[in-house]
Amino acid sequence: MGRDGRVVLVTGVSRDLGRRFARTLAADPSVDRVIGVDVVPPRGDIGEVSFVRADIRNPIIAKVIAKEDIDTVVHMSVIATPGSLSGRASMKELNVIGTMQLLAACQKAPNLDTLVVKSTTTVYGASSRDPAMFTEDMGPKRQPRAGYAKDAAEVEGYVRGFARRRPDVRVTMLRCANVLGPHVVSPITSYFRLPVVPTVLGFDPRLQFLHERDLLDVLTHAVHKDVHGTFNIAGDGVIMLSQATRRLGRVTIPVPPFAISSLGSLYRQAGRAEFSPEQVALLTYGRGVDTTRMRELLDFHPTYDTAEAFADFGGSLIHTVNRPERMLTGLEDALTTVTTRGTTRGGDNG
Amino acid sequence: MGDADVIPIGTRGRPGRGSRSAHPSSAARGLAPGAKPTRGPADEPEVEQPDDESAATEGEQPTTGIPLGDWHAALNIAAREVFGDQWERRLAEFLAFLRHRLTGEYAVDEYGFDRELTERFVLAMIRPIAEKWFRVEVRGVENIPADGGALVVSNHSGTVPVDGLVTMQAIHDSTERFLRPLGADLVFRLPMVSSMARKTGATLACQEDAERMLNAGELVGVWPEGFKGIGKPYSERYKLQRFGRGGFVSAAMRTGVPIVPVSVVGAEEIYPLVGNVPSLARLLGVPYIPITPFFPWLGPLGMVPLPSKWLIEFGEPIRTDAFEAGAADDPMLVFNVTDQVREAIQQTLYSLLMERKSVFG
Repeated sequence: MGRDGRVVLVTGVSRDLGRRFARTLAADPSVDRVIGVDVVPPRGDIGEVSFVRADIRNPIIAKVIAKEDIDTVVHMSVIATPGSLSGRASMKELNVIGTMQLLAACQKAPNLDTLVVKSTTTVYGASSRDPAMFTEDMGPKRQPRAGYAKDAAEVEGYVRGFARRRPDVRVTMLRCANVLGPHVVSPITSYFRLPVVPTVLGFDPRLQFLHERDLLDVLTHAVHKDVHGTFNIAGDGVIMLSQATRRLGRVTIPVPPFAISSLGSLYRQAGRAEFSPEQVALLTYGRGVDTTRMRELLDFHPTYDTAEAFADFGGSLIHTVNRPERMLTGLEDALTTVTTRGTTRGGDNG
Repeated sequence: MGDADVIPIGTRGRPGRGSRSAHPSSAARGLAPGAKPTRGPADEPEVEQPDDESAATEGEQPTTGIPLGDWHAALNIAAREVFGDQWERRLAEFLAFLRHRLTGEYAVDEYGFDRELTERFVLAMIRPIAEKWFRVEVRGVENIPADGGALVVSNHSGTVPVDGLVTMQAIHDSTERFLRPLGADLVFRLPMVSSMARKTGATLACQEDAERMLNAGELVGVWPEGFKGIGKPYSERYKLQRFGRGGFVSAAMRTGVPIVPVSVVGAEEIYPLVGNVPSLARLLGVPYIPITPFFPWLGPLGMVPLPSKWLIEFGEPIRTDAFEAGAADDPMLVFNVTDQVREAIQQTLYSLLMERKSVFG
């Protein structure tokens, strides 16, 4: 069949982005079959994707890969929040043990030639000693000790190990910035969906975003494009958190750094947002990644820059009324009419 | 078995004390100030009320308030004072500025540098202080390259890094370029300071950021003495401290940009540091807690800097593009160039001090 009739396995299809990616890929004429794998069935329509209900944490996945003669694996089930799972323990199990099992199965698959892993820029951490822009060869200034950041770092470690053991497989790791979009549910989107946004007092982090459509595009691009390596994926430019909240017309409450974790647990109990340690670090120090390699080597150019991705996401939210802005616009209009009248009067005099 | 009697608990949503009385108690009525008990047609007084009020205010105005015409004239004069003759247009411009600040419709670069805020707010605030209070005299402006990357290296003094801000303002006013300071990681750890630092163009003093900025053709400023420089006692004024590890020289060598030495005289005297509280400083995680003759004794008044006379001289640029490749990895050469820069600044400091008639002259 050659490279044209690809058989792709996509993990993590029960969540919205995974499901939509699997569907886009299935519609691609150069892809023969798409098999979606997850622990729970996807909620939405999966079109031509054949779904296999399997837990990537146990060896069944190896049978699926062998039976379906899969040549491409897209691993996107490294998750940032426990979500529907029962807690942090099972989240870690899914992320780390799941990846180990998947990679073990991949290593046994002779026909496999491409592995695409969706990782995250969270692996760089966020601290006061960070360079302004991380390039792919830099690491975090402080090793993460818990949570999603640690999971992501461990997953990357296993993927690098796999790449060493199977040099014939093209391994592409995509470190994606925070994904935004009208349908995305993630810690950062639920943060911006809060009616009153808590910020860390005295800090104004730089944020970088990736639009959900660009995420789907870059994953498809990575499946087809014959390059390997690690790439930072983010929209151009950065915006400050203060700018972001002003653009949404949101009211912010600055919270002292020591109080933010107790506030976080309050929000968690209310089920509104998650304030994990890596999220708090991001909201304190911010993070920027360099995307030169993405442009030049991967030859991928996102359609949305950071500000546009944010604007598109913001358009889907209910705007709180920005009273001072309306007042200023009114005043400005009044003054401009006065000015034009003033200049015509001045002309008469002269 | 007979039917069980249902004894209602509470008021079943009716106002009252739970005594099953249909009328609310006076205490319950007091809880809801807006909702008055309706005993009869209450429409009539409500309609009349607004008319009454407006009539009352109109009637009172001439007796108690200043006439509207006077207000208008006073505002007009005040606006003319602040914004000049074309005050309507200026004010409209200012409001437009305020509005797009409020809606976030401005751009920052990848380091978080907010050009508009720096130009129209920070530098505009420093300018009168530099010109009127410190009477800054700037020399050797022609030594600052008009375009392309360059590394500006300066001495550091004054307990609070005011010298950096004044240098930024001096460079911007004479060349229209923005100096991009490199700051220690403490700057990015402190609340308030960190958010202001990024907005005014600063970034972390590390090899990656320095080279990235210089490659992009920015004018980068470093104060290699760091906290040793600004936190040194008054008795050691104008004695340059150790110049770090010379990382700034290797960054300039790798990118091949010229090094412009800057000597600032006058900043040492703004807050004469006579004491330090090392134990408190360690507790707070800062390099020093300053004690000056006026601070903390006079409280906020002690924070007013002394009006010393400032001289800023930009020295001749030191070229780094003539070295062969790999020179940046030769520690001996890096140390030599570091010493050369340090010596240039120290010599200029001495000659400027000789020239200055007195501290406040």
